Amino acid sequence: MNGFSRLERFLRTDPRDVGCGEAMEILHVYVELVAAGEDPEARYPGVAAHLRACGPCEEDFAGLLAAARLIGPE
Amino acid sequence: MSSAESSVSGDPELRRSPDPDSAEWLRTLTGTGQERDQAIERLHELLLRVARAEVRRRGAGLRVSGPELDDLAYQAAADAVMSIIRKIGEFRAESRFTTWAYKFVIFEVSGKLGRHFWRRPDARLDLEDWSRLPERFGSGPEHHAEWRDLIAALRRAVDEELTPHQRRVFVALVLNGVPLDALVARLGSNRNALYKTLFDARRKLEARLAGYVTHRT
Ligand SMILES: [Zn+2]
Repeated sequence: MNGFSRLERFLRTDPRDVGCGEAMEILHVYVELVAAGEDPEARYPGVAAHLRACGPCEEDFAGLLAAARLIGPE
Repeated sequence: MSSAESSVSGDPELRRSPDPDSAEWLRTLTGTGQERDQAIERLHELLLRVARAEVRRRGAGLRVSGPELDDLAYQAAADAVMSIIRKIGEFRAESRFTTWAYKFVIFEVSGKLGRHFWRRPDARLDLEDWSRLPERFGSGPEHHAEWRDLIAALRRAVDEELTPHQRRVFVALVLNGVPLDALVARLGSNRNALYKTLFDARRKLEARLAGYVTHRT
């Protein structure tokens, strides 16, 4: 992919995108669905769309998933 | 952006009684005396492990020294414990207690790294240097000539379509590569509001440039 198409992809918005607030609110639930091997996108398509477009929320998602997997329940 | 998939209090359909481990956390953290103190200490230790693992995971791109990162992890864990104690009544058992609690410390790490960004000598907020656009989208100097018309079209669209606030947010996040959490800290805003501002700017610019990029490639 070249720079032009990266810019084009960046500008393209997904109407399902719920924004940071809702994604952050539900992130713990979303992460446990992923950790359990379920399909979180089926339940929360707008959160999935958000995580594809928002770097910081995606980073928090990856960090929370890593924590849930590595440290897990006591 | 889309309508609500969850309310502020999470997803009511998922509300249920907590698993035994989570119930024990709730019981001890909302209890009294030594048992509560010990639970808070255990929570702090656990969150400190998560915070340290998280700053390590984010590692390379951070440009923050080792001791500073450890200090940041320690503060993140301490602040997360305070928030959790304050908000424990909001836990709905939609997940394990620990997953819910880890979320607080991950957010604290993000917020603190955002504030830390402004210590960089090269951090810029309002500088509007359009020649940086190609490299921001991964194009090397050998392609910069090809970008000239696109940059001109984008600048025109920014001039004509964006509000002053949208323009400021777009310039900071896109041209100057300011991380969203750093801009949140600088403007005293929140992630949701600034993301929405950028989202609306992207939608307007995309509409103006529709077909332009595809047509050129
Ligand atoms: Zn976000």
